[in-house]
Amino acid sequence: MAILNEEQTMLRDAAKSWVSEKSPVTAFRKLRDSGNVDGFDRAAWAEMAEMGWAGILIPEEFGGSGLDYLTLGLVLEETGRTLTASPLLSSALVATSALLLGGSDAQKKEWLPKFASGKAIGTLALDEGPHHAPANTALAATRDGKGWKLSGKKSFVPDGGAADVIAVAARTSGKAGDTNGITLFLVSGNSPGLTRHRLKTVDSRGVANLTFENVSVGADAVLGAVDQGFSLLESVLDRARAGLASEMLGAAVQSFDVTLEYLKTRVQFGQAIGTFQALQHRAAKMFTELELTRSCVEAALVGIDRGANDIPALASLAKARASELWHLVSNEMVQMHGGIGMTDAHDSGLYLKRARVAEATFGGASFHRDRYATLMGY
Amino acid sequence: MSAAESLDAELESFRAEARDWLAKNFPPSLANVDVAMASAMAGVKLSGNAGLWQERMGAKGWGTPTWPKQYGGGGLSPAEARVLTQEMNRIGARNPIGGMGVMMFGPTLLECGNEEQKARHAPGIVTGQVRWCQGYSEPNAGSDLAALRTQAVDMGDHYLVNGQKIWTSGAQYADWCFCLVRTDNTKKHEGISFLLIDMRSPGIEVRPIKLISGFSPFCETFFTDVKVPKENLMGPLNGGWTIGKRLLQFERAGLGSGGGSAGRGGDARGLDQIAKDYVGVDDKGRIADPDLRARIAQHQMDAKAFALTIQRAQAEAKSNMNPSAVTSIMKNAGSRLQQDRAELLLEIMGQQGLGWEGDGFAGDEIAATRAWLGGKAVTIYGGTYEIQNNIIAKRILGLLDHQ
Repeated sequence: MAILNEEQTMLRDAAKSWVSEKSPVTAFRKLRDSGNVDGFDRAAWAEMAEMGWAGILIPEEFGGSGLDYLTLGLVLEETGRTLTASPLLSSALVATSALLLGGSDAQKKEWLPKFASGKAIGTLALDEGPHHAPANTALAATRDGKGWKLSGKKSFVPDGGAADVIAVAARTSGKAGDTNGITLFLVSGNSPGLTRHRLKTVDSRGVANLTFENVSVGADAVLGAVDQGFSLLESVLDRARAGLASEMLGAAVQSFDVTLEYLKTRVQFGQAIGTFQALQHRAAKMFTELELTRSCVEAALVGIDRGANDIPALASLAKARASELWHLVSNEMVQMHGGIGMTDAHDSGLYLKRARVAEATFGGASFHRDRYATLMGY
Repeated sequence: MSAAESLDAELESFRAEARDWLAKNFPPSLANVDVAMASAMAGVKLSGNAGLWQERMGAKGWGTPTWPKQYGGGGLSPAEARVLTQEMNRIGARNPIGGMGVMMFGPTLLECGNEEQKARHAPGIVTGQVRWCQGYSEPNAGSDLAALRTQAVDMGDHYLVNGQKIWTSGAQYADWCFCLVRTDNTKKHEGISFLLIDMRSPGIEVRPIKLISGFSPFCETFFTDVKVPKENLMGPLNGGWTIGKRLLQFERAGLGSGGGSAGRGGDARGLDQIAKDYVGVDDKGRIADPDLRARIAQHQMDAKAFALTIQRAQAEAKSNMNPSAVTSIMKNAGSRLQQDRAELLLEIMGQQGLGWEGDGFAGDEIAATRAWLGGKAVTIYGGTYEIQNNIIAKRILGLLDHQ
């Protein structure tokens, strides 16, 4: 565990106790079974915002608390433990980062106070197919008088159904695959011409496909510089990857703890199955991977906070590791629980399903291995 | 200035001091030369520049930077020691003080030895002049170490030691041996004592064992009526198991932390650079074999994760010297990493990586091949990979023994 200051310790402990009291896994299961269309519980989100979590990264002048990514990561780790579904990542981390890194004063003034209070939800719309591929942005933005018109589609946008404002990556010049010619736009969720189609995915969260048909935005909707959006996008994504990795680490720790408890209590052949060496060694392997991954996740968050010069590599390392870790642990969770792990009544399936969606989001292990090699020059 | 800033300022001033001292004392011809390894494993007393470098570092105490000054150590804080390592790495200076005395016995001595033992044995380790070996394993006590039978009988003014140890690394060159011996036959773990034995005592015979690598880093060591003075008992009589295990924690932390670098052999460049030479690159400058490239990336990410974990463990342990729970994973993670690297390097070199000796193979290639073979030992010694997993399962995860 990273060395924490008093504020970080307090927030983490507050998150721990709120999650166990107000948002255990049973709350997520109830949400899933209720047919909720947002993919999260708005009352729970209001409580999270009330505690200041939605504004952790937002400077005090915009109504937040101006803390750092490590602090938000600690909260995400705790909410990840119980699969708490909320826009904490999409809005309080990803969309907030987009505004902090690329927003004009006017854009910040308009949106950050609403993000901090939880009254507005933001998200990032990037990918246009089943695989994470930032440079492949094709959704076209063409000049229209002083403003722009956006046409195209976005796939698997996290909290895309509920978002009030969406940072949209669009192609303003060049062709799909070019890193030049990408521009980010802030688009209102209820813009005419924007159609949102909520998807039902295995993890029961609020993901949506978006279709843009001549959606008009003003010149003031541009986030950062025209055509030069790729580096901003990558910076936002690296923060997103580190934050998601933190949530995944928490979930993997919980998957492991639940499984370990089962190994200690399930009796076969007259003794706890955890006495069998075949299972002990797999548990030891998982623990080893957990410890190694924690170091990577914390290093990425701390690196972002300190403005390290290797943030991209650290973020790819954290996301790749967290993906591999939870992949392993979620599979072992089902296998080590045996038949009960296959039932819908048991939590194993909830962790397994969320794991795969989280793995694919913002790039899976193979995407980040490739990116790491490229960053290292080979 | 905040507390953290003033600490940073102090560290920076230490950095300047270290840089200055190294500039004056490190012979540049020794850049990237591991003299400690040569000294410990080949039995040579260092001479020339290597001897000078060892002498200077020994006198300064910086070969054992965090050991107390009263025993000749550097007396540095862990943060200062990290700065020293960074400064040494910057100029390719390797620590010339090494071996089991530094890694394993020393920390245990400082923690468990009495004042007289510390004063007698620590300075020789600090200066690299006294070499230690480890008398733990026996032919019938490997993973089940507590089954050891080498006997130490109380003869009044001394112990009389009889028995056989095996896998005693560097015993043929060692001056002293820290040894687990049986002092009570009626109990298993509680019948073991920790004894310091002078390797020049009459009755000790050492036979090197030839390994698959062609080298003989390990020996069989026979004890026949060896007299050991009573003051060489470290810790309580029959209390040696606890001390022995403590030493193993230091050993495992040390063995693990070398993962990916210790015992590398061959070309010291990154695997990616070596692969570009042997395999070639595509039009984007990527290693031409995409599958190999992905596995190199995987390995280098694992290595980075491991390095970050060492940093984290050090930060966590800053206020207390005890190896923490995270160190329990170090040996397995580090040893696997080292073996993965050796296998990848061999694969990168193709048939050039499979030479044994002689013409047709570069020195770096042969060294890498031998290191690959020698490296098979790292998941066996110091507690096998499987024993480490047992330890994690039992001590850290609280899983019970099978009945």
